[in-house]
Amino acid sequence: MNALTNRVKAVDRKPMTPVERLYLWNIFKGMLITFRHIFKRKATIRYPEQKRPFSPVFRGLQVLNRDEQGRERCTACGLCAVACPAEAITMEGAERKPGEEHLYREEKYAAKYEINMLRCIFCGLCEEACPKDAIYLSETFAPANMQRQTFIYGKPDLLIPDPVTEPELYKKAVGERGKS
Amino acid sequence: MVLLAIDWILLLEKLVLIVVIVSLSLVVAMYETYFERKIAAFIQDRLGPDRAGPFGILQPLADGGKLFFKEEIIPNTSNKLLFILGPCLAMLTAMMTSAVIPWGSALDIKGRVVGLQIADINIGILYVFGVVSLGVYGVMIGGWASNNKFSLLAALRGASQMISYELAMGLSLIALLMLTGSLSLKSIVEEQVNSGVWNVVYQPLGFLIFIVCAFAECNRTPFDLAEAENELNFGYHQEYSSMKLGFYLFAEYINMFISSAIMATLFFGGYDIPFFNEAAHVATWGPNLVALLGTLALFMKIFFFIFVFMWVRWTIPRFRYDQLMNLGWKSLIPLALVNMVVTGGLVLLKQNHWHF
Repeated sequence: MNALTNRVKAVDRKPMTPVERLYLWNIFKGMLITFRHIFKRKATIRYPEQKRPFSPVFRGLQVLNRDEQGRERCTACGLCAVACPAEAITMEGAERKPGEEHLYREEKYAAKYEINMLRCIFCGLCEEACPKDAIYLSETFAPANMQRQTFIYGKPDLLIPDPVTEPELYKKAVGERGKS
Repeated sequence: MVLLAIDWILLLEKLVLIVVIVSLSLVVAMYETYFERKIAAFIQDRLGPDRAGPFGILQPLADGGKLFFKEEIIPNTSNKLLFILGPCLAMLTAMMTSAVIPWGSALDIKGRVVGLQIADINIGILYVFGVVSLGVYGVMIGGWASNNKFSLLAALRGASQMISYELAMGLSLIALLMLTGSLSLKSIVEEQVNSGVWNVVYQPLGFLIFIVCAFAECNRTPFDLAEAENELNFGYHQEYSSMKLGFYLFAEYINMFISSAIMATLFFGGYDIPFFNEAAHVATWGPNLVALLGTLALFMKIFFFIFVFMWVRWTIPRFRYDQLMNLGWKSLIPLALVNMVVTGGLVLLKQNHWHF
């Protein structure tokens, strides 16, 4: 059979010579290599102090977005729930009452919005399906927990902080590449 | 009439020395675990433990504390007495060897000469060998008492390996002993200090055989078949937990420290400071300073050998069992025999006034 590259080396299966059988020279060569590695630059990232930058296409936890006046964008249309291949999203819509215009942008809003983070596969289809830019995937990932129940994220967990009343928290939540 | 005149000061002096040396070897063993992890990390381009204290120097304390607080499990089907005896023996034999090693020349405390050696017995090397052979029992008994197939297998491996390599080790030492003409470690060191030439110059092959056998005796890679994780889960201490496991691990590190000390003593001049005339400086600097410097030199040598132990461990993969036996019986023992015969011949020629 022809070799595919010119880097092919035939396996040498000669019996070892007495010098080789003592292993000394080869061990010494190996030790020189490992000794050189002591002074090499270390690959470790000291996690809490140093962080690796996320890839621009990283998909983390979902965030429910607000508009610039702090009103919820979500209209509970259910497109995200339909798009979700893991069926992780459930919601209940409700009608906006007079006097709640500063809370919800449209006449209909999500009274209940839950994502089961144990089911979610972070595919980002909900973000693509949303016609109102109400949901997007952020740069954080699900923290560990002891109870399964805590992984069902409700509206309080998902909603982004209000940009009017808590601008700093909002900025932090949006991250470096979030849509605002 | 005094039947038994006890030199109380001597007793006290030895007691202090024993306490110091035992605690010193424990501390060294503790920090060996830290440096082992550090060096392993450096060789693998990592950082190693660096969270507990500055540079992670409190890591051994954290490890020890964790081991102390772990649940003590004695398996139901084990032999309880032997199960407890195993780690005790391992620890005991590891510590006992330090008694005959000369840690320095002698201190002069208010006119009293205090030798920095617990016991200068004239069969020092023989004693070391005897105690080291006892070390097999720690492994054997632990593996047997666990009543676990893997542990038993590991114990058998460990025992046969130690016995095989003790032969080559003893043979390589016989050549050295023919040169020095003494079994006492103190006089072997004194000879090297006085002549200024270390035994490794006369016995390079003997030293090589000795260091290889020392690796095998300590159950260190490349000869760690007794605790091969991927073959035997955890080896002879698989059923052990808490401080009993800690004792086994600790005994290994103390063994490493002691065998480094023995190598430094036998082949690298012990407390001899290289390129430094001790006898001339005793008059000007006083014996205490020179003795302490000598002890420091000995510890530098020991730490170098400990580093070599770790360096080798993180370089070489484990030998296969047949390779291990081949190396021991077919390479090292013949080499040691040849070394012994050649050295014996040369010593004889020299005694008959041949000059070379």
